[in-house]
Amino acid sequence: MEKVAIIGMGMTKFGECWDKGLRDLIAEAGAKAVTSAGIDGKDIQAIYGGNMSAGRFIGQEHVGALIADAIGLSPIPSTRVEAACASGGLALREAYLSIAGGIYDVVVAGGVEKMTDVYTEQVSLTLGGAGDQEWEVFHGATFPSLYAMMARRHMHDYGTTEEQLAAVAVKNHSNGAKNPLAQFPFEITLEQVMKSSKVAEPLKLLDCSPITDGAAAVILAKESFAKKVCDNPVWITGSGHATDTLALDDRRSMTTLDATKLATKVAMKQAGITPKQVDLAEVHDCFTIAEICAVEDIGFVKKGEGGKAEADGMFDLNSDIPVNTSGGLKACGHPVGATGIKQAVEISWQLRGEADKRQVKDANIGLAHNVGGSGATAVVHVFSREVR
Amino acid sequence: MAGIVGYGAYIPRYRIKVEEIAHVWGKDARAISGGLGVKEKSVPSLDEDTITISTQAARNALEYCGIDPQKIGAVYVGSESHPYAVKPSATVVAEAIGATPELMAADYEFACKAGTAAMQTCMAFVDSGMVDYGLAIGTDTSQGRPGDPLEYTTAAGGAAYIIGKKDTVADIEATYSFTTDTPDFWRREGEPYPSHGARFTGEPGYFRHVRGATEGLLEKTGYKFDDFDYVVFHQPNGKFPMRMAKKFGIPKEKIEVGLLTPMIGNTYSGSTPLGLAAVLDVARPGQLILATSFGSGAGGDSFAIKVTDKIHKNPRPVKDYVERRSYLTYGEYIKHRKKIRM
Amino acid sequence: MPHRKSLASVWRRIPQRYRMESTMCETCGTYFFPPRNFCPTCRRKSKIKHYAAKGTGKVYSYTVIHVPQEGFELEIPYVLAVVELDEGAKLTAQLCDVDLEDLKIGMPVEVTFRRISEGKGGGIIHYAYKFTPISGQNK
Repeated sequence: MEKVAIIGMGMTKFGECWDKGLRDLIAEAGAKAVTSAGIDGKDIQAIYGGNMSAGRFIGQEHVGALIADAIGLSPIPSTRVEAACASGGLALREAYLSIAGGIYDVVVAGGVEKMTDVYTEQVSLTLGGAGDQEWEVFHGATFPSLYAMMARRHMHDYGTTEEQLAAVAVKNHSNGAKNPLAQFPFEITLEQVMKSSKVAEPLKLLDCSPITDGAAAVILAKESFAKKVCDNPVWITGSGHATDTLALDDRRSMTTLDATKLATKVAMKQAGITPKQVDLAEVHDCFTIAEICAVEDIGFVKKGEGGKAEADGMFDLNSDIPVNTSGGLKACGHPVGATGIKQAVEISWQLRGEADKRQVKDANIGLAHNVGGSGATAVVHVFSREVR
Repeated sequence: MAGIVGYGAYIPRYRIKVEEIAHVWGKDARAISGGLGVKEKSVPSLDEDTITISTQAARNALEYCGIDPQKIGAVYVGSESHPYAVKPSATVVAEAIGATPELMAADYEFACKAGTAAMQTCMAFVDSGMVDYGLAIGTDTSQGRPGDPLEYTTAAGGAAYIIGKKDTVADIEATYSFTTDTPDFWRREGEPYPSHGARFTGEPGYFRHVRGATEGLLEKTGYKFDDFDYVVFHQPNGKFPMRMAKKFGIPKEKIEVGLLTPMIGNTYSGSTPLGLAAVLDVARPGQLILATSFGSGAGGDSFAIKVTDKIHKNPRPVKDYVERRSYLTYGEYIKHRKKIRM
Repeated sequence: MPHRKSLASVWRRIPQRYRMESTMCETCGTYFFPPRNFCPTCRRKSKIKHYAAKGTGKVYSYTVIHVPQEGFELEIPYVLAVVELDEGAKLTAQLCDVDLEDLKIGMPVEVTFRRISEGKGGGIIHYAYKFTPISGQNK
């Protein structure tokens, strides 16, 4: 199997990009990634683009070809990858597999979502489609309501508190405040979270990630090419992908994401690491409870201890395992199809020492965890400064 | 002879008090409440309508008698608030209780007496041998124009009767109907609220037809009022049935058991069927019940019903539904009745 | 935005939504809801049998929704729950006729039949199961 490195990366500012359409966002992220790699566009052989729902957000399908067109790379093969909010992470994995499997030498993995061209109710209905239309959304389920039921059960089983949930949002905003590309580059207080309006109890507005426009892209290359053109490649040393039932109610557990556990196990085994060796992680915090489940299911803490660990600052920027240094989905923003790629961009910057004010010291091994729906898809990648 | 094999009632849990409505319109609540003999009325939840209430009542009737729903050969739902102008309520109810597809089904409308009309239809089917069991339902989520006197009484609820010959808990010994064309109350196609003839609904409407049907039944059966242990008259308010009883010399105690309007308002097509269900909940073997419905437009259906020794405890008695209540403000009521334009 | 539910897509789910009909695997005794034609555990050894849920169960988790799904605007706040049926299958449904202060994981509930939503502009009405507290109705 070929070893695969990230040799270039870029992302747009995340937020309400009123003056930018889907094409503009892609073109900007793609150009930044190619420039950062210092390669010629002609070197790129294929594109894998994560996008959840351009069809419903802007009425645009055929996004694979659109991405190639937007970044001026037609006629190379370009594939749209969809796994709800894990579309980006899965696009990265497909791109990774195409090089690891010896098909291509250099590919782009990108992700994009344009969400603010429709009203909030339509965004809600579309995101609901990441759950089960017939057996959840039909009954009035919203996306936050599914995570709210996970939170309620977590509180019931493990004594997790609403303050502990809120602590996740406070920490991620604190990181986001140091990220100029974040949608919300400012801090918030625990009290602000607790007093924010109810969305789906126990989740409040500030427990939820926002509606975001944005795009991100990374350039992947096989070892020989990477070493030729790049002084500081970031190696993808593990890649895991797992699925679970589409509906939350059908799962073995509502507080453990089995897909996360399995994808992590596969990725870590491939990378030859244990959770303790991870220096920093970007995890899928679409809601505060999601980060608590993630740090447990990845194995940073035991099941049930995530809430307390978050409140105790175990995952703060200056801790042993900083989580969501970018600000996470909560503060950096969550353009659903782009999020998985943004996580790879952030980890790459951190491992290359390019993360500026939020730079984690001695960052050698990073992990990215991207979830689709309420846990029906999980994609986990391990990144390293050293080739393995 | 056709009789009642099983019966079930359902009343939504929400209530609004007459004084809450009166306050909004600056009226004297005590005078209105006293005049109508109604203290409060039931209000459907946002997700309830004639179909859901009928289904719940039908399921309760099935639970009461334990017959296989596949044996039901006819489903008739009487209501003046069918959710669809075209598309039967009966098909949804039949499907929801598992009675489809081998059955006859239709919706009935005859103001407040469509439920008893459905009972008569099922009796005829059973007596003729066309079906083994027929399901007759009377349900409404009735509407009154805001500010109209009707607003104090228009309520929601229903009852379902499984009519058959085998293992009857009460035999329907006779029925008699009295029907004329009397325009006392109506609602035109597409109109949200009904219109009525105010005091014209009284003597030429209610009293003439309840009297006509009841007297016809007595003549047909040879029964006298004294023979009946309980009497149920259609109850648009708390006063009319009492006045009718008084005129017939029926003692208050015989009519009070089946008089639900003071607590739940006028459930229209559900009114007489619910009153009868409340009586069956307490009736003993051998007792005789007189029930006369009234439907504007106008007509009355009268029944002589004899309780058999198969009568047994209703697991979901009317009393429990009457006592299960949660009060709404007028604002909440307006939301429940979907009078807010979203 | 017009409602997306096609007539056929609602109609074909009537057995499940009206009567809670589903399937179970006789080989391992697992009850499914919604139905599966194939047991993910027993695979080729699965023996699939039809069943209708009794309609009683317990609240496994719940939430009170304040920001509604499209089509549910008039209903806020409304309660959504995962209900564990007595047969063992779990499903997502609304709880109705419940006082918010009584909500509790483990509370016994039974099925009722309600309107869920309706198509816009005089569209078809969608009916299905909701659950209601057993203690709150017909003690």
